[in-house]
Amino acid sequence: MSSSHLSPPAILLRDVVKRFGPITAVDHLDFEVPTGSCFGLLGPNGAGKSTMMRLLTGQGVADSGRVEVLGHPLPAASRAARAACGVVPQVDNLDDELTVAENLEVYARLQRVPRTERLAAVEHGLALARLTDRRDATAAALSGGMRRRLLIARGLVHRPRLVLLDEPTVGLDPQIRAQLWSQIAEIRDEGATVLMSTHYIEEAERLCDEVAVVHAGRVVAQGGPRELVAALVGTEVMEIGGDADDLRRVERQAREAGLGTRRSGTTVAVLGAEHLDGQAWATGFRRPANLEDVFVVLTGEELG
Amino acid sequence: MTTPTRQAPASAAGHPSAERPARRFEPAVVGAILYREWRVFRRVWFSTAFGSIVEPIVYFVAFGFGFGALVAEVAGMSYFDFMATGTIAIGILFSSVFPGLINGYARRTEKHLYDGQLAAPVTVAELVTGEALWHALRVTVVAGVTVLVALAFGVRMGPGIVLVAPIAVVTGFGFAATGAAFAAKLRSWHGIDIVISGIIAPMFVVAGTFFPLDGLPGWAQAVGYANPLYHCVELLRGAAFGFEGLLAPLGNLAALAAFNLLAWLAAVRLVRRALID
Repeated sequence: MSSSHLSPPAILLRDVVKRFGPITAVDHLDFEVPTGSCFGLLGPNGAGKSTMMRLLTGQGVADSGRVEVLGHPLPAASRAARAACGVVPQVDNLDDELTVAENLEVYARLQRVPRTERLAAVEHGLALARLTDRRDATAAALSGGMRRRLLIARGLVHRPRLVLLDEPTVGLDPQIRAQLWSQIAEIRDEGATVLMSTHYIEEAERLCDEVAVVHAGRVVAQGGPRELVAALVGTEVMEIGGDADDLRRVERQAREAGLGTRRSGTTVAVLGAEHLDGQAWATGFRRPANLEDVFVVLTGEELG
Repeated sequence: MTTPTRQAPASAAGHPSAERPARRFEPAVVGAILYREWRVFRRVWFSTAFGSIVEPIVYFVAFGFGFGALVAEVAGMSYFDFMATGTIAIGILFSSVFPGLINGYARRTEKHLYDGQLAAPVTVAELVTGEALWHALRVTVVAGVTVLVALAFGVRMGPGIVLVAPIAVVTGFGFAATGAAFAAKLRSWHGIDIVISGIIAPMFVVAGTFFPLDGLPGWAQAVGYANPLYHCVELLRGAAFGFEGLLAPLGNLAALAAFNLLAWLAAVRLVRRALID
């Protein structure tokens, strides 16, 4: 991790450990989120991302290590940290008994937005969620995509300096996911620091300035998405299909050529394919390398 | 590896006052929780009012006319008058402990509302206080409607019955907090049966609601006197038909205050343990 950023980090974790009985969910975790950046925690389900998010909102307390959010040490100053944070949870916890506008208003009150600014905050939230015309509908009556947009707007109703997005687009169809990406990009472009957890490669690559690849509660690599890909798996990958014997042969030949491979279903992906110059065994589908290749190389597991 | 970092523009600054220092216990946050409940209540008030009318009618018909035909007088008053205050107290108990218990469990485990609220600058103490206070205030509607039903059935209560509102708030707060405390310990809906059968049912029977405690065995009387509902019933009876001196009602109030404190402390502790990993 670089320490070249001029402003203090928005989030700082040092040697953080969190256990649940015999399970170590967060294992000596270290990372910093630079102020003003969009930072991604990339890992499969069960990697410890949501536990990390709970530690940052004071809803989890680390067994050891140091956690700071916007300069506030946690858990001691978690209330001050939460006042400056907007949280968009993975689990949909909209208040179904309230209308769309009431959901925003109640959270504006909980966030202690001053009375004189509350109405404007609610209107801004409605516009952000593109639900102005559904303001009086109960949250229970909204579609999945609308609910997710409202969840994001609710997390931003007090215009936080730091936004924590836990799997913001999980379970949504591609069209709605694309809509939410533009919503998240707006947050980022307005200057808020964004920390988002995701297991979607495309999401991390499109939105994040920097990603931390998380596996078994640890950060196994960190950097800009393109830099990570280039450094660890090269720029291109060649997918080569065949039966089991063919795949084993490709793996052996790639190894002899000094290239890495990863199995993916019925194909072998040969990493660093830009170095393959017309070798007879290497014929297949060429594609750009991505963060999933990085993840598999680092952990031996698929993102899922 | 490093990545370029954008400088946050001024527009990223939040609502300045939203980040102002908070007190250890912030009344504005309790107010926000009350506001949430009020917005919901505006839509569902009819079911509360309907239940508040129907339940006491059932009790008055079943116990008042049923038992009343067999028992003319209890503790120096007509059985109908005796059980009328018991019925008000039962309304207070049920309308505070059940929302505390059922809402508390559903909001923690199924709706995940508390997770959302605690991600804002809200403490568990504020959350518990706000919800218990709301249930306590809402109970005044139930108690008030029950008083009207009692009057309609011919129970002649004195002007002191206006004290039913503060008595309902004081008692309802403790019962709602008790419900929240038990909800925090539940691991599934099945556990509610244990709370109802083991705690709430004995509580509403052994409280001087439908029969006086002095006919019970000594140990049961001791349980009854320790029961906060008994002190609520005594206060209601005094308010409706006149207090005999100040000492007894002050003792009842002190018992309810102690119960409220213990119930609130237990609820805060157990809810925190259930919600904060």
